[in-house]
Amino acid sequence: MLKYVLKRLAMAIPILIAVLTLVFVIIRIVPGDPAMVVLGDQASAEALAALRTKMGLDVPLIQQYFTFLFGAFRGDLGASLLSGRPVLSEVMTVLPYTIDLTIAGVVIGIVFGVPLGVLTAVYRNSVTDYIIRVFSLFGLSFPAFYSAILLILIFSIQFNLFPVISDPDLSNYGERMNHLVLPAVNLGLIMVAYITRSTRSSMLEVLREDYVRTAKAKGVPRFVVITRHALKNALIPIVTVIGLYLGVLIGNSVLTEIVFNRPGLGKLILDALSERDYTLLQGVMVIYAFIIVIVNLITDLTYGFVDPRVKHQ
Amino acid sequence: MSLFPKAGGLRRTIRDTIRVFNRNKTSWAGLVLLLFMVSLAVLAPWISPYDPIDQNILERLSPASAEHLLGTDHFGRDILSRILWGARISLSVGTISVLMGMAVGTVLGILAGYKGKYWDYMIMGVMDVFMAIPTLLMGLMVVAVLGPNLVNLTIAIALTVAPRFARIARAPTISIKNRDFVEAGRAMGFSDLRIMAGHIFPNILGELIVMGSLWIATAVRIEASLSFIGLGVKPPTPTWGGMIREGFQNILSDPWISIYPGIFILITVLAFNMLGDGLRDAIDPKLRNS
Repeated sequence: MLKYVLKRLAMAIPILIAVLTLVFVIIRIVPGDPAMVVLGDQASAEALAALRTKMGLDVPLIQQYFTFLFGAFRGDLGASLLSGRPVLSEVMTVLPYTIDLTIAGVVIGIVFGVPLGVLTAVYRNSVTDYIIRVFSLFGLSFPAFYSAILLILIFSIQFNLFPVISDPDLSNYGERMNHLVLPAVNLGLIMVAYITRSTRSSMLEVLREDYVRTAKAKGVPRFVVITRHALKNALIPIVTVIGLYLGVLIGNSVLTEIVFNRPGLGKLILDALSERDYTLLQGVMVIYAFIIVIVNLITDLTYGFVDPRVKHQ
Repeated sequence: MSLFPKAGGLRRTIRDTIRVFNRNKTSWAGLVLLLFMVSLAVLAPWISPYDPIDQNILERLSPASAEHLLGTDHFGRDILSRILWGARISLSVGTISVLMGMAVGTVLGILAGYKGKYWDYMIMGVMDVFMAIPTLLMGLMVVAVLGPNLVNLTIAIALTVAPRFARIARAPTISIKNRDFVEAGRAMGFSDLRIMAGHIFPNILGELIVMGSLWIATAVRIEASLSFIGLGVKPPTPTWGGMIREGFQNILSDPWISIYPGIFILITVLAFNMLGDGLRDAIDPKLRNS
């Protein structure tokens, strides 16, 4: 197992460097002078020069690249152009809110998605199957910002059950949870759609296996065959769902935070965009790159742990 | 299984395509919905009751009525007309970006699979790095630095789509390149280009079309999301995401401004998803037998 973990770790580092390089390149393709983009074309030459120095643009590109890369690994992501605070501390202030929201969304996705997926696979081609499949197709098709708006209209405005704006900073635990419900449901509903489909196809494959047929032939009760024999094995690929749909999850969390005006990485991106704070934008992207590589690493390791066959491939 | 036959003329191609559609009714439903949306977009100049950017402050924020079937926005612009014109942006950005990404990705994927060795490592290495960044964030970053306009939006989405198609094209290329008909082509002295374009490409076309449909669904959603964030085509040009963004400011008093364009996004994305999903089930023997 240790050899497998070390191998995966060794593979993650070059990927991380490559992703960071891509972020660096994309942020640097700003047409014209980034300092002028930030300050506008009326800015004085002194102001532009000062900002260029502040942004680290007055040194050769290769030096900028290595400063950026080593900085990223040391946790130095530069200072926000707007607030002047270190980007890392800006990110760390709001990161827990995004993590809370994402975990809540994934939990909702798993709690509802797995049983629904099992149901559709067991009752394949029945009315239940068709209804759930149609709903999951709808779930996949909803842009996260639109479903968020509809949830606000129904549950906040029509029924007045939850607040329109989600504040994660409240001291009262109950109220804080109340503010988390709608954003989490928004993220969760879309995850339910993805997880239902993954569980269905994974269960369909397992239900055709010989050992399931054998268990049935031996007279093992149907419920036990489905839960103990089939689902247990079908769950193995579902472990990778988080890694597989991480991109969807991140994209949707950004949109959800924006609609609910909830502090988090998504809102930070929006602020960076509206203020043209490229250092902040680059910093948030670096954090996302770290999150993606680490989550994928954990998913791979978990997969190797629950399915020993993977380690030997 | 290939979606299209290798020989047999147009009539057989049409017959086989209909048979593939008949295997899964979802794809028919998706196609019908899609044709409906495409005709709305194509006919927009003729069926729109008003000019989509014409402002009429006297009629601002009026609810649905006989004059304005879906009401008006905060500038008094007719929402139905804006939705119909907005369909053109959504569908064209979605389709063109995926076609661009598909073209680049497929060429790179076939090249990586067919040439193998360092070609494969180099191309797929770069593609994997691109794929590590979530689609929406990639689009957001590219549009943020290049500036929000129609061309940059299309390029940004194409960039996120291309690596997916490289991966889709690479796998079947590897399995096909050692098949007898490719060997025969090689023995007859065909160039690599001719083998890749004439023999490998037609065999993976079916899979590319299915994935293309599913990715257009994603592209339409991303375009709408970027427009909602404020990184779409600049106002007053109507886009569905942009309309929801503008309507969001009056969401408490006049929710319809955001609700109606959203329904159209949903139907369009759903149509592409149904079409792709149905076709995939129809051509994937593993799923069909289940």
